[in-house]
Amino acid sequence: MSTATDPKFEFLCRMGDNSLVLGHRVSEWCGVSPVLEEDIALANVALDLIGQTQLWLGLAGEVEGAGRDADKLAFHRDVWDFRNVLLVEQPNGDFGQTMMRQFLFDAWHLSQLTALIESSDDQIAAIAEKSGKEVTYHLERSTDTVIGLGDGTEESHVRMQNALDLLWPYVGEMFISDDVDAAMVAAGIAPDPSNLRAGYDQLVDNVLSAATLNKPEDDFAHKGGKSGVRHSEHLGHMLTQMQWLQRAYPDATW
Amino acid sequence: MVIEKPKLETVWEWLSAVPDPEIPVISLTDLGIIRNVAWQGDVLEVTVTPTYSGCPATSIINLDIETALRANGIEKLTLKRQLSPAWTTDWLSDAGRTKLEAYGIAPPQPAGGPQHCPRCQSNDLEKISQFGSTPCKAQWRCRDCLEPFDYFKCI
Repeated sequence: MSTATDPKFEFLCRMGDNSLVLGHRVSEWCGVSPVLEEDIALANVALDLIGQTQLWLGLAGEVEGAGRDADKLAFHRDVWDFRNVLLVEQPNGDFGQTMMRQFLFDAWHLSQLTALIESSDDQIAAIAEKSGKEVTYHLERSTDTVIGLGDGTEESHVRMQNALDLLWPYVGEMFISDDVDAAMVAAGIAPDPSNLRAGYDQLVDNVLSAATLNKPEDDFAHKGGKSGVRHSEHLGHMLTQMQWLQRAYPDATW
Repeated sequence: MVIEKPKLETVWEWLSAVPDPEIPVISLTDLGIIRNVAWQGDVLEVTVTPTYSGCPATSIINLDIETALRANGIEKLTLKRQLSPAWTTDWLSDAGRTKLEAYGIAPPQPAGGPQHCPRCQSNDLEKISQFGSTPCKAQWRCRDCLEPFDYFKCI
């Protein structure tokens, strides 16, 4: 489909797929979290992210103009069509690993949404304004949790440091600029991802320092998620769960 | 049959009688999510803004609005979704805040936490979780009467 290369469609899929894939991952905790309050909190975060997905992918479908709505894009595409960063598709691990992933994403997500409020595209600005309020709340919670567990018991500290070491190589991809980003910058639609890095580093450094955690020195970054070139093996496994109903019973509705 | 268009004030009155599906003690107008009511020709257009983007009550709210208006004889209507300006708890009416508190849900405060326990009025409170039984609420507990209670988050 030729319209699939429209940079605005690609950009909207990146926004929507990030919130969709992370929303689904976080929802995997529903009913099995360490304590009831965290279970409810994680389910609420997942709900916000899935709600944001409907807005982003809904707009992506409109822009594409091929009759695909948010549900079609979410459930009828295969791994190679997903445009989320690799970070959000990584497995939940333990609760600490889930919250570290959440913090590393929330910090980027909020700075991206804050910049998008100034977008030249009114619909994108409106979605960013709405989502930004929810993500402000997510970041507040993930920050508190990372600090609480990092600067917690010996056990929780070790687990959080392991989570950071595991997930840090997935941070860099959020700040890599490519042709799609360049087109968005030229149209005044979205910021250059690389410009968000300095603010991100400052926030993350402050939080990790309060959490008594050490940021890995190696800045190596896995990439291939947002471009769709090479997802990690985890996404395909996740989609078999997320999409099974539409695959088994195509176009089933409530 | 000629049907006269009801006045907009009358439509607002009808909408003020529609309860929020998850917190039925307050109405949709108390919640501040009805942004506009207008006639576009002979079609009544109701503009609604979501509280949280993923709130499952949103589709029920739209259904309830449509049902209430049809019950009052409105045959042609459209519902418009408006995202910006984003909903804020500042739009919660004073009557709504009073009703929430009487129902046992502490109303939102700019300070970011409940003013006092909705049951015993004590100020000795602790946060249990930033999130609660619906996207718009958080869980708090009173250290005096020991009752947990919902707090309507301030956004």
